Amino acid sequence: MNTPESLRYTATHEWLRRDADGTVAIGITDHAQEALGELVFVEMPEVGRRLAAGESCAVVESVKAASDVYAPVDGEVVARNDALADAPSELNKDPYAAWLFRLKPAPGADLAGFMDAAAYRKQFSEA
Amino acid sequence: MLRTPLHDAHRAAGAKLVEFAGWDMPLHYGSQVEEHHAVRRDAGVFDTSHMLAVDVEGAQATAFLRGALANDVERLRSPGKALYSCLLDESGGVLDDLIVYFTAPHRYRVVLNAATAEADIAWLEKLRPAGAGLRPRRELAMLAVQGPRAREKFWAALPELRVASEELANFGSIESNDCFVARTGYTGEDGFELLLPAGRAADAWQRLLAAGARPCGLGARDTLRLEAGMNLSGQDMDAAVTPYECGLGWTVALNGARDFVGRRALEARSPRCKMLGLVLEERGGVLRAHQPVQAPGGEGTITSGSFSPTMNVSIALARLPASCAPGERVQVAVRDKRLAARTVRPPFVRHGKILV
Repeated sequence: MNTPESLRYTATHEWLRRDADGTVAIGITDHAQEALGELVFVEMPEVGRRLAAGESCAVVESVKAASDVYAPVDGEVVARNDALADAPSELNKDPYAAWLFRLKPAPGADLAGFMDAAAYRKQFSEA
Repeated sequence: MLRTPLHDAHRAAGAKLVEFAGWDMPLHYGSQVEEHHAVRRDAGVFDTSHMLAVDVEGAQATAFLRGALANDVERLRSPGKALYSCLLDESGGVLDDLIVYFTAPHRYRVVLNAATAEADIAWLEKLRPAGAGLRPRRELAMLAVQGPRAREKFWAALPELRVASEELANFGSIESNDCFVARTGYTGEDGFELLLPAGRAADAWQRLLAAGARPCGLGARDTLRLEAGMNLSGQDMDAAVTPYECGLGWTVALNGARDFVGRRALEARSPRCKMLGLVLEERGGVLRAHQPVQAPGGEGTITSGSFSPTMNVSIALARLPASCAPGERVQVAVRDKRLAARTVRPPFVRHGKILV
């Protein structure tokens, strides 16, 4: 399982990356794509939508199952990766390049509480 | 969990294993979609050893099966021929579906689904007359080699079975060299199903892989059978529906006065629903079992749904009001949306060609 050190992770198997412009890119982890199997449908939130932390805001569906993607922090959607709609399998090929959407975090939104790569990996070694 | 004789071979081939009907079975070997395409375009091999062959033997074997099955084994005029049938309860409900092979005078072989095999045997035991015996063949392994190039790869791998199986017509079978070869399957493609002693299964499997048959798991098996419009017992049908209500009316033999379990109930009531295929007509999700369907004649439900790798669109089998017909527009509740789909008569795909 691939878990880049530069990213942060949620308990619901999203990854987050804060970029230089202050926005946060969000995708699903290698573990998530592996568990779901080959992805055939992706739905992403509209640009401009305001999300609350924990809100279900995107859907990824594989040949066998559908899974929700949750907003990790409060914020506004500033971009979405529309190319994925025609090529959901990119999420299987390279889940850390295939970001789903980008959020501009609300003032005061805290990214410090998320897992780093070691903490994210640890839950699988205990399982 | 139960393991087939090929369990080690699956692990060696990189299978992702899942529990299915009490068995530890391969879901896929890396890519379910590629396995699906291999069967539509070339050849794949499935371990179906979780299914159970039961031999039915004795002077009363024909009378027994004529009373127990909704299809009529009397249609099997010569040894080797097979037919597909439902096993019904007294109310006409579908307990299971099966293939019955006429192997020799007074001798048949029935292949049962893994999840229902024990209940089927208990049911058949109750119906069994003194002059017929049931012999579960748990010591046999079963492989399905399917695809447009399945037969040539089968013969390349197992040349000792070539002469025996070369002339088999569709739904024909033959016994040779302690093996049983049938030109049947669950994918909508040409190919063979092979029953053989468990101790020889791993060698046959390796030879099939070496001949170029791609190992395929239950994931591809499910999307292939869905495209082929084939019901999955326990999912697309169960004791709550009759064969007429799940698209299997063609398998019920009502000619003559043959008295079989469920016949009186079938004759007494008209179908309350019907099975049709659905093709999703817009983006927005994937059709799945249990999603509600709004049809012109009323409400229905999807019984099997997935993404069709051949059609590159989502398809489903649905239980719809009896008044529904192919070519209608319906709405399916997919998560929080209502998506448009059209009704079609299955199959969706046969022999590599899209039919809807």
